[in-house]
This record gives sequence, C-alpha cells and structure tokens, in this order.
Amino acid sequence: MKARFLIPLVIFLVLVVFLAIGLTRDPRDVPSVLINKEAPVISLPSLYDESQIVSSETMKGRVWLVNVWGTWCPECWREHDFLMYLKNEGVPIVGIDWRDDSDDAKKMLAQQGNPFIAVGIDPESKAVMDWGVYGAPETFLIDKKGFIRWKHTGGLNAELWRNELKPLMAQLEAE
Amino acid sequence: MKARHKRLGFVVAGLVGLGLATWLVVNALDNNLSYFFSPTEVKQNKAPAEHIFRLGGLVEAGSLERGKELTIRFNVTDNAYRIPVAYTGILPDLFAEGQGVIAQGKMGTNGVFIASEVLAKHDENYMPPEVADALEQSHNAATGAN
Amino acid sequence: MIPELGHIALILALCMALVQSIIPLVGAHKGIASWVAVAKPAAQANLLFMVIAYGCLTYSFLVHDFSVSYVAHNSNTALPTLYLISGVWGAHEGSLLFWALTLSLWTGAVTVFSRSVPDVMVARVVGVMGLVTVGFLLFMLLTSNPFERLINVPAEGRELNPLLQDPGLAIHPPMLYMGYVGFSVAFAFAIAAMLGGRLDAAWARWSRPWTNVAWVFLTLGIALGSWWAYYELGWGGWWFWDPVENASFMPWIVGTALMHSLAVTEKRGAFKAWTVLLAIFAFSLSLLGTFLVRSGVLTSVHAFATDPSRGVFILIFLGTVIGGSLLLYSWRAAQIKSTVKFDIVSRETGLLLNNVILVVTACSVLLGTLYPLILDALGAGKISVGPPYFNSVFVPLTVPLAFLVGIGALMRWKQDDGQKLFKRLIPHFVISVALGLIAPAVFAPTYSLGAALGVGLATWIILTSTQWLLDRNTAGRGLLQTIRNTPRGGWGMLFGHAGIAIFIIGVSLTSIYSVEKDVRLEPGQDYELGGYVFHFQGVENFRGPNYVGAKGTINISKDGEHVVTVSPEKRNYSTGMPMTEAGIDAGLTRDLFVALGEPLGDDGAWAVRLYHKPFVRWIWLGCIFMSLGGLLAASDRRYFKLARKTRLAENESTVGAA
Repeated sequence: MKARFLIPLVIFLVLVVFLAIGLTRDPRDVPSVLINKEAPVISLPSLYDESQIVSSETMKGRVWLVNVWGTWCPECWREHDFLMYLKNEGVPIVGIDWRDDSDDAKKMLAQQGNPFIAVGIDPESKAVMDWGVYGAPETFLIDKKGFIRWKHTGGLNAELWRNELKPLMAQLEAE
Repeated sequence: MKARHKRLGFVVAGLVGLGLATWLVVNALDNNLSYFFSPTEVKQNKAPAEHIFRLGGLVEAGSLERGKELTIRFNVTDNAYRIPVAYTGILPDLFAEGQGVIAQGKMGTNGVFIASEVLAKHDENYMPPEVADALEQSHNAATGAN
Repeated sequence: MIPELGHIALILALCMALVQSIIPLVGAHKGIASWVAVAKPAAQANLLFMVIAYGCLTYSFLVHDFSVSYVAHNSNTALPTLYLISGVWGAHEGSLLFWALTLSLWTGAVTVFSRSVPDVMVARVVGVMGLVTVGFLLFMLLTSNPFERLINVPAEGRELNPLLQDPGLAIHPPMLYMGYVGFSVAFAFAIAAMLGGRLDAAWARWSRPWTNVAWVFLTLGIALGSWWAYYELGWGGWWFWDPVENASFMPWIVGTALMHSLAVTEKRGAFKAWTVLLAIFAFSLSLLGTFLVRSGVLTSVHAFATDPSRGVFILIFLGTVIGGSLLLYSWRAAQIKSTVKFDIVSRETGLLLNNVILVVTACSVLLGTLYPLILDALGAGKISVGPPYFNSVFVPLTVPLAFLVGIGALMRWKQDDGQKLFKRLIPHFVISVALGLIAPAVFAPTYSLGAALGVGLATWIILTSTQWLLDRNTAGRGLLQTIRNTPRGGWGMLFGHAGIAIFIIGVSLTSIYSVEKDVRLEPGQDYELGGYVFHFQGVENFRGPNYVGAKGTINISKDGEHVVTVSPEKRNYSTGMPMTEAGIDAGLTRDLFVALGEPLGDDGAWAVRLYHKPFVRWIWLGCIFMSLGGLLAASDRRYFKLARKTRLAENESTVGAA
C-alpha cells in the first residue's frame, strides 16, 4: 500500500473530527446558567382572564414545570400530546404562552386538551427574557424552594421523562 | 532522462499553481471574514474600530425609528447593553421588534453602528445560533455579577 | 391504515435493500451465479416498496390525514393540490423519503438499462447502491419516520411555509435530489470496479452516461434554485454563496471534473485512480451536503429544523460510506499501474488542468463553507465568510479555466504540436480580444475591464468551439454532412461549452452593470434608473386565499414610451409569515425588477426597491444549454454499441475461465 493513496482518507478523517465537534456545539443544546439558581419570578396575566395574574409565588413548596410554548411552534404541537400525558401523571405544569394570539391559544387548548394548571401570556417576551429562553418549546423544572433544577430545550418526550425527568422529580419530592 | 524532466515540469507547475491558489484563498479569507460580536463585547471595546463586523442580538422593543427617507434607527440589545444601529434601505421581511437580528457593518464615530446589511431570522422557530450564544453570554455576565 | 401500510412498506424496502446488497456482493465475490442473479429482482422489489411508501404519504396528504404528524405540520385543507403533492418533500422527513425513493429509482434504472454490462458488475453496482439505501432507510426509520401519528388529531393542519408555495420551488428539490443521488451510480460503478479489481476503461465507459444524466439534473436543480431565489426572496440576487447553495454547488463542480476525467479514462485509459477518487468525491460531497443541511451544524437562511440526534446518525453514516470507500481506494488504487504516456501539449494535459482547477475551486468553496465551523470548533470565535470571499477566489480560478475550454477541445490526444496550434488560434484570439475590448465601449453605459474580459472569454469559447466543428469538415465533405456525422457526444460538448459562454456573459454583465436602488416613493412620483422611468401609482390592499396582501402598481417607461406595468406584492400569510413577491419584467437583454419594502407614513408612500439587471436571463439560459449538452452526450449511440461488444467479449472470457 502506497502512502500517497491514504492521503484522501486522512484528510477526510480530520474533516470528520471537525464535523463531530461542530455537532457537539449544537446551538440548541446550550446548558443554562440558571440551573441550581433561584428561578426568576413569573408574574404574567392569565390567558383566560387578563385581569388575573399567574404567579410563581403560588407554586412555593411544590415540584413543578414551566413550559414555554406558542401555537406558532410546530414542535409544541408535537409535544402537546406528551404534556397531556404528564398532566394525567399528576405533574403540575405552568404554561407561558409566548408571543402568541390569545384566541388561537385558547382554541388549541380547547381542541387538544389543556395540560396546564395555569397559563400566563407573554406577548412581549418579558418573562421569557428573564428565563433566558432560546426558543419554544422549552421546559424548566423548579423544586420546592423555587430553584431551577433542570432544563430542556425542544420538545419533551417519553424517553426524557423516563430517563431524566421522572427520577429527578421523585428525588426532589423526597427532599 | 527526458521523461524525468517532463515529470519534474509537471510537479513544479503543479506546486506553483497550488501555491497561487493557496495565496488567493488565504488572502481572500483574510479580507473577507467578519467576526461576530454582541453588544456587551462592543461596549467592552472588543470589536474592531476600522473593520467590518457582525453585531447580533435582539431588536429592542420600542426602539425602532424611521427617518424621513429610508434611514432606520433601532437598538440591538443582548439584555445587558444596547447599541444604536442606523441602516439605510429596505429591511428584510422578518425584521421585527423583540426578534433576533444580525447587522453587518462598522462602528461610526458617534457610537452608532452603521449597518450595510441587516439579516433577520428566517422563521419563527429559528434563532441564529450566534444570537442565542450572545444572549447566553450576557446572561452569564449578569448572573455572575449577582 | 394507509400510513401504517406506508410504514410497513418502508420496513419491507429496508429488508429488500439488505437482500439487494448482501447477497449479490457476496455472490459476486465468491462467484455464485445464482446469488448474483438476485441483484436485479431484489432492487426492483425495493423500488416497488419505496413507490408504495411514497404513494401512501402522498395519499395521506391528498386526503388531509392530519393524524399523520408530518402531514399536519406541512399542509392544511386550504392548500392547492399542487402544493399538497410538493408538500410531501417540503420538509425533513418527506424530503428524506424522496431521497431514498430517488436512490431506488436510479438503482431500478441501472437494472433496466445495463443489459450490456456484465452481470457480475451490475450485481456489485446494485449491491453498493443497496448499502447506501440501507443507510438512508435506517436513518429514516430510526430518527425521522414520516408516518409518525399524532395521538390528538388536530382539526386543521399547519400552513406550509409560504416560501415553499411556489411552482419553481415545488420542482427544485426533486431535480436537485435526482442530481445528488444520481452521482451514487458513478460512485457505485467506481466501488464495484475496485471490488472487482478491474479498474480499466470499461467501467469508465459504463458510468459516463449515468454521470452525465445526474449532472444534468443537478445543473437544472441548481439553476431552478437560483431562479427561485431571484424572484421569490425579493433581494434580486441570483446566488448568495449560502451554505445550502454551496452544498449543491460543490458536488456539481466535482461532477463536472468527473465527466471530463471519465473521458480521459475511457478514451486513453489514463487517470484511472484519479477518476475513481473523483467519483467518490462527487457522491461524498452530495452526502456531505445532506449532512450540512440536515444536521444544523451551519447557520443558513435556508436551514430546515435541526436535530442533533439526526446529525449524529448522518455523521456516522457519512464516516462509514466515505471512510470505507477511501480505505478501499487506498488499497486498490495502489495496485493500478498506469502505463499510458502523453505529451505536455495534448488533450490529456488540457483535461488534467481542467480537473485540477475544478478540484481546487471545489476545495476553496468547501473551505469557505466549513471555515466558520472549524474556527468555532477550535474556539477561535464566531465568524462568517461572506460572498466577497467566494467571489474573489472563484473568479481568478475560473477565468483560466474558461480560457482552457477553448483550447482543450482542439488539442489532439496523446501529443499535439503546440506551435501549430498556437499559430492556428491567433485569429480567434485577436477577434475575441478586440470584440471584448470594443463591446463595452459601444453598448455599455460605462466602460469596464471586467465586462471586456467576460465578452472576450465568451467569444473565445464560441469561436474555438466552432473551429472544432469546422475541423471535422475534412476530405471535402459538405458542411451538412459534417453536421450529420458529428456524434451526439461532440454536440454535447459544443452545447455544454456554448452554455458556459452564455453563462459567462450573463454573470459578468449582470454583476457589473446591474443598478439597484432603495427609494421612498409617494403615489404619482417618478424615479429614473438605468434609462427607465419608474412611475409609482400607489398600493392597494387585497385578500388572497390564505394571506392578506398589498399590491403596488408601477408603470415603467423608456424615452416617454410605456414599456410595461409591474405589480409587486407584499403578503402576510395567516401564519404571520410575511412574503415579498417581486414584480419582474423579464427580457433577453435586461430584467426590470421591483419589490415592495414597507409603507412609510400615512400618505401612501412606500419604500421600494428598484433594479435594472442587464442580461440576467443569460445565466439560466447558459445552464439550460449546459444541460442540453449533458443530455446529448449521455444519449450518444456509441455507449450502447460499444457496451454490447464488451459484454460479448466479457461473456466469452468468463466462459473461457470457467
């Protein structure tokens, strides 16, 4: 085997290494700096009655999820079924309806079920900015003391629930 | 002997050609790269004063101002600092307040970024990774200060 | 039920692909004739199941089955039928299904049209293509199943991205995919030849028409994409050096090199190892393009939704296919002994130069595309490589190539008399230079050396190509007879090269003489640009089927005479996605292009973008000529004749060996 015929292979392998590093740098998979920090306070008008305030204060002492969504986001559609499943499992989820048309949002929840115990609307990205959200859907797990313990960018699914979220929630409930 | 010379000729010509091509590529890369900076980095004077760069962040809500002609002013923010931007021309379809944006241009003398090109994100699910990164970093800085 | 049927068909297609790859490859290796014979029926069965799967998805679209996640996300009941059909390949899962279907189609075509190729060779080719099919089907079934169901069925589907609601874009991806995937045939022939240990001129002859056809599809696909970007994105540009565009352009460049290198390998038996390498490169770049677009490692204005797990899968797939073939190459290519000699002044050298320039160009495009990724991976900051980089590298590299186009075809194989050739071409050269220098001075508003270069090069290519045809007119035959006697391959070359000339004219004149202006116009106001007066009448609001729009009316006149009225539109789709529809008046020598920006104030004034773009149509016209050339060359009769002869000889030799 002559060495010069190996040159293309070597160059290609170097390229693969860079592509692999590029993959690990996926912009959607950035760890949040907010993990294990106190969660920003949520205080948003409710989707169903804008004079009511959806507040994170009422959730003190519980282990709960914050889910950022919008009817414009196809991944949220995909995720919706699973959120309904979580609701049936008894997981309290507070929804933040981000940059959305309230009527569309109500229609979607009426048609496909409402997995949230409360939905706040955030048309101007106020809360979403505080939470450092990149895009929808994004989900945060808050512990009893009001600290963010886990975060996921993108849609939730059964695998994540089984492997990460469920064990972590059980542990936090026990704390 | 003759064949050997011919071969040598090919090799030399090849090397010269390759050298020229490499020079061309390196030279062009050198002149036409634009680095990406966030408003925080610009405030910290990390961005070049004389060279074109890309400024990314969110278009600050309520900051969009139209002049008489086609000049538009708005602020780009990473929620830590804001940089005023001036741009003359037609904005892309998806440009909107509160949304991610990348502006390419140079810093003007008065602290206003003079954009020659404005790119808005392409669909509602997509934020340019650079912008996401810049927001993350300013978040880092903000929480680090606490 | 139908979506499940589609899913099952996909799984069966995967099984067939496994059969199609393993049995014939092993059979060919061990010399088991009955195993070799499995190749064709298995490939055809695979095609059948792929067609069924694809049909099922199309059916789900047509009957609005929103229980299928992909259908719900990419169509709704208001969508016209054309976009229901094109919606099938409009997003990630469906476009992968289309990719795989295309691959099966090409494989099926190989089984039908390769009667003249020995069975063992066909079995290997089909087997290699089967392996690639296995990879794609696994990818689809594991990470991107298009038939996935939603538990809660939405009453209405989502809007298809309005950018994709366009006839031009409806057919652009299929063309592009046919081209991308078509290079898999050349790739499979190269791998098969290496597996068989017979890297001779025969494999080059067999894969030439396939390469040509794939190249034609790719050319048309790229041209359509460029045309679409021109009129749909509203920016008036025709090429943006966007990573996704580059992803299709790199295989095209290498494919072009491959076509020329195959010619040398077929006719002279030279460059054998190099040609094999190019075949691997062309297909690898197609795969790399898929990786770049699908994995989201690069930021692009075209990027579809991204998903890291998909990226990991494609990267592993990429590594296996390309790494494996390069490994095979390093082993087999070392055994090739090239004894073919040629002189410095010969067509071989011309084609070698063509190859070197094209490959260097492809590398520079690859470097520019991947450089941001590499720097980011090294932690050296986030950068972007802009169009100026590509332009300043691409132009100096391709100008000598365009000059060579003329000479290369006129040079003789093996050895030519340089001085004689030089003397013969002096008049052509003088005319080209003169015409190039004079044309801009006479016809253009301002003088430009760039335009002179463009016109000069185009003239040079046309003159030398004509000379090639005249040279065939020997021994006192009539011109008509010469034309009749010139083989299709020759006409293919002429058309292809003429296409290059037309393309050069288009690119150089458009980039130099285009005038663009963003202006504020009030109703009744005029603006003059490029000798034309644009009279802005105003904007009216209207309602479309799934959008609200504003339509402007602009009367364009020249020297006081009305030329045309254009109606650019600004649309807001019900998804909230805004769209610009430019008003374009197309012409052979110039396009007038008007796009609406946004309303300014309450007095009816709008920001309007005006363009005068001379000769922009020639860019796509050139591409059409090149494609015609490719088709003519692929249909050359001698492939079929020669191939039959080879087969006879081949069969005799196998019989003799047995």
